Amino acid sequence: MTQAPILKARGLVKRYGRVTALDNADFDLYPGEILAVIGDNGAGKSSLIKAISGAVQVDDGKIELEGKPINFSSPLEARDAGIETVYQTLALSPALSITDNMFVGREIRKPGVLGSVFKMLDHKAMEKFARDRLSELGLMTIQSINQAVETLSGGQRQGVAVARAAAFGSKVIILDEPTAALGVKESRKVLELIQDVRSRGIPIVLISHNMPHVFEVADRIHVHRLGKRLCVIDPKENSMSDAVAYMTGAKTPPEAAVAA
Amino acid sequence: MTNKTIKMALLGATALTLTAGIASAESHVKGDVNACLITKTDTNPFFVKMKEGAVAQADELGIQLDTFAGKIDGDVETQVAAVETCIAGGAEGILITPSDSRALVPVIEQARENGILVIALDTPFEPSDAADATFATDNFKAGVLIGEWAAATMEDPSSAKIAMLDLNPSEVSVDYLRNQGFLTGFGVDVKDETDIGDEDDPRIVGNDVTNGNEQGGRQAMENLLQRDPGVNVVYTINEPAAAGAYEALRSVGLQDQALIVSVDGGCPGVQNIAEGVIGATSMQFPLKMASLGIEAIAEYAETGAKPENSEGLDFTNTGVTLVTDNPVEGIDSITSEEALEQCWG
Amino acid sequence: MSDTTDPGRKGQDYEQDLDKSDVSVAEFKYLHNSPLDRIQHALHGNPTLVPVIVLVAAIGVFGLIAGDRFFSAFNLSLILQQVSIIGILAAAQSLIIITAGIDLSVAAIMVLMAVVAGNLAVYAGVPAPIALLVAFAGGTGCGIMNGLLVTKVKLPPFITTLGTWSIFYALNLWLSGAQSIRSQDIDAEAPLLKFWGIALEVGGARVTLGSLLMVAVFLVLWYMLNKTAWGRHVYAIGDDKEAAELAGIRTDRTLLSVYGLAGLVCAVAAWASIGRVGSISPQAFYEGNLQSITAVVIGGISLFGGRGSILGALFGALIVGVFQSGLRLAGVDVLWQVFAIGWLIILAVAIDQWIRKVSA
Ligand SMILES: Nc1ncnc2c1ncn2[C@@H]1O[C@H](COP(=O)(O)OP(=O)(O)OP(=O)(O)O)[C@@H](O)[C@H]1O
Ligand SMILES: [Mg+2]
Repeated sequence: MTQAPILKARGLVKRYGRVTALDNADFDLYPGEILAVIGDNGAGKSSLIKAISGAVQVDDGKIELEGKPINFSSPLEARDAGIETVYQTLALSPALSITDNMFVGREIRKPGVLGSVFKMLDHKAMEKFARDRLSELGLMTIQSINQAVETLSGGQRQGVAVARAAAFGSKVIILDEPTAALGVKESRKVLELIQDVRSRGIPIVLISHNMPHVFEVADRIHVHRLGKRLCVIDPKENSMSDAVAYMTGAKTPPEAAVAA
Repeated sequence: MTNKTIKMALLGATALTLTAGIASAESHVKGDVNACLITKTDTNPFFVKMKEGAVAQADELGIQLDTFAGKIDGDVETQVAAVETCIAGGAEGILITPSDSRALVPVIEQARENGILVIALDTPFEPSDAADATFATDNFKAGVLIGEWAAATMEDPSSAKIAMLDLNPSEVSVDYLRNQGFLTGFGVDVKDETDIGDEDDPRIVGNDVTNGNEQGGRQAMENLLQRDPGVNVVYTINEPAAAGAYEALRSVGLQDQALIVSVDGGCPGVQNIAEGVIGATSMQFPLKMASLGIEAIAEYAETGAKPENSEGLDFTNTGVTLVTDNPVEGIDSITSEEALEQCWG
Repeated sequence: MSDTTDPGRKGQDYEQDLDKSDVSVAEFKYLHNSPLDRIQHALHGNPTLVPVIVLVAAIGVFGLIAGDRFFSAFNLSLILQQVSIIGILAAAQSLIIITAGIDLSVAAIMVLMAVVAGNLAVYAGVPAPIALLVAFAGGTGCGIMNGLLVTKVKLPPFITTLGTWSIFYALNLWLSGAQSIRSQDIDAEAPLLKFWGIALEVGGARVTLGSLLMVAVFLVLWYMLNKTAWGRHVYAIGDDKEAAELAGIRTDRTLLSVYGLAGLVCAVAAWASIGRVGSISPQAFYEGNLQSITAVVIGGISLFGGRGSILGALFGALIVGVFQSGLRLAGVDVLWQVFAIGWLIILAVAIDQWIRKVSA
């Protein structure tokens, strides 16, 4: 890695009352890579990516995007900066349609006066776009693009959230356990999508508990433990059991990995 | 106090009572004798006038007066709390306009057991001897006056089509007394004198409720016009309801067809008499009720004597006067011009 | 990306047959067991159907019971007139309820703004259009005050508006001295205030401009909620505020705009109410807050937020009006009218719960 990281965080601290979710955590994401983040439940993975995506404000530490310090006060700002996130909770509005959910906050308006003065939405254009994105993901079991998200299965919902991020992310895409609820076939599609996105040159942060998936797609693996980055390992030089051992504290990582 | 500070105090007090449900207490004059005035609300001009009369009289007689009020008409809890405060405060006498004639009886008995003189103002208790005395408008008489006036004013009372605009579904005593008084005065057989709507005289088009305000008056009038567009006599519980009824008639161009009568004697109502909106109203005198009440408490504190009822009534009649600009023979009345000098609110 | 096998792919063994999987769009025959199931699904997709059916049924039934007196153009237009003010308040209330809030202060804002406009125009000699503009600004301000307390101070809407209800009511009594402004004085000084009371006679019906205003308010708000991004955001916030925030909606800003707009709608109701009542009464519409909530609930808008069409509230208000008129003309006591409305509310909420089970 000779390049400078596109996203870099140093010394992040986040406390929830007496619980410390992030304890001086560091983070580096390089251009064009897939970085997996693994760790036990409650290790602070979600907190880390929420700090990066503006969903939570850290108590201390600094974050840089392309070398420039950033300080997002809301997810919207991160999104405007090109960072798209699929949260563990998905952040979908159950009663709204798939289309509405995909376009929330960046709706397409009708051309002309209808759009500029009357602010009328262009449902047709949005529906077509949404339909195309979902087909790419192979989420064909969805019957209607205007179906309310609450009528979808858990996996279908996850698919919608992933499709939304993949469609709009321009600099970084963060996926917090995107395949947790997905079937074998759908998981495969998401993994393909991740690789596809990388081939477009967009780096991806993938949080997952599924070691085979992580080792399959990741270029580097960030091991998170007790609120901080324990080490970064190369999936080609480490086995899954090594990773799990580091993650759970059964084994201490080598100096070199910690320094990375 | 300037007018502004009074308003601010009123505002503060209302906000307090409204939000917390605490009775608002204001102390007025320091003296040996303590008295309480508890009104239904402190926003209705009728009670504002009553308070004014009580405060002025207490000032003059050197009585310390605490005033309390409920949030809205029917707010029993606040009034109960106020009575309890007065008992605890060692008052000699309580003047109260009960929000509920029956519900307050137990706490009033408690007050009397403590040697407090309790006088009901405006609204009697049920039974009326639950209080030591009642100073009130004879509401039945008020109804009779406008009823007689309406019958005498109409060319042919037997062809009357009467709309009855009452207060609310609970049929409290003012409501049925005025209603039944009016019908009696008009010459209708009212059957049970405490029951609204049990009459079978075909001249009555119907009863509806107004909540005593313009909006309710308008809606009730519209409803009754639905039953019979030929309505030519409109009885109303009070003058705001009458104003609403007039609007309903006017919106369909029937304002000249019907005679509207009412009860109260508030200044806007009297103004409406002058302008021909209302034909006649029975004026009552809240200021007098209160000042007589304070006098009675002073007397009781000094000599232990309790007030006597008016002859033939189970309360002390503080008077009622017919106001109209179309007087009829045999019924005493004053004109709107004279009434404007005595009106309240 | 395509479905053809990528030779470089490293999939797991158990995934080897994935490429042969069926790629047709799933087509399920709807396997609803009973007609009831089918109804439940239809209602879930279109919650306004319930109030529409109830409204049409009620009109039919009362037409049979009470006859022509009920079913006349005059009576139907009268119902429209009588529900117009509560209807407009219900529109404002719907906005708040769709965000999963509740506004106990709508009627208080309305009465306060009617008193403000009346005092300025009738007593202070301010030109009526300016007095109305002040009332609109005031209503918006009252709404924004609610909104700030909800978004910035983070108080629950119920508590916030319970408080501001009292505050606005007290201000109203103070400004008005609890005294009505007489119809005659308004006619003389500022007839514009009664503009919405003007009635159009169309074949036996008397339609006031106020009734038309109510319908217009609903249509405009319906458009805003359903055809603009803002409206979608309002629903998303009511549905799940946290998700909406994460999805990139400025929830606080949107909520503030909703409360401000609701306040403005209340001020519009104030203007309409002067035309409707004739005078300006500080004591009127004391139950307006609850009546507006009643209309919204009967209209099938979920108190939990995010669901239901604002047009439902219009039908809800009309249902209440039709029931009252029908029962009255059938000679039913006021008491039992109140009783009937009570059951309607409970029924409406029960149906809402039942419909929501579809997704569970
Ligand atoms: N909103 C919150 N309030 C209080 N504590 C929180 C909050 N969010 C997270 N935490 C705490 O912070 C710690 C880290 O949580 P986080 O969600 O980041 O874990 P995680 O690594 O994503 O776990 P998982 O694998 O289960 O998703 C946990 O101990 C959790 O209890
Ligand atoms: Mg997590």
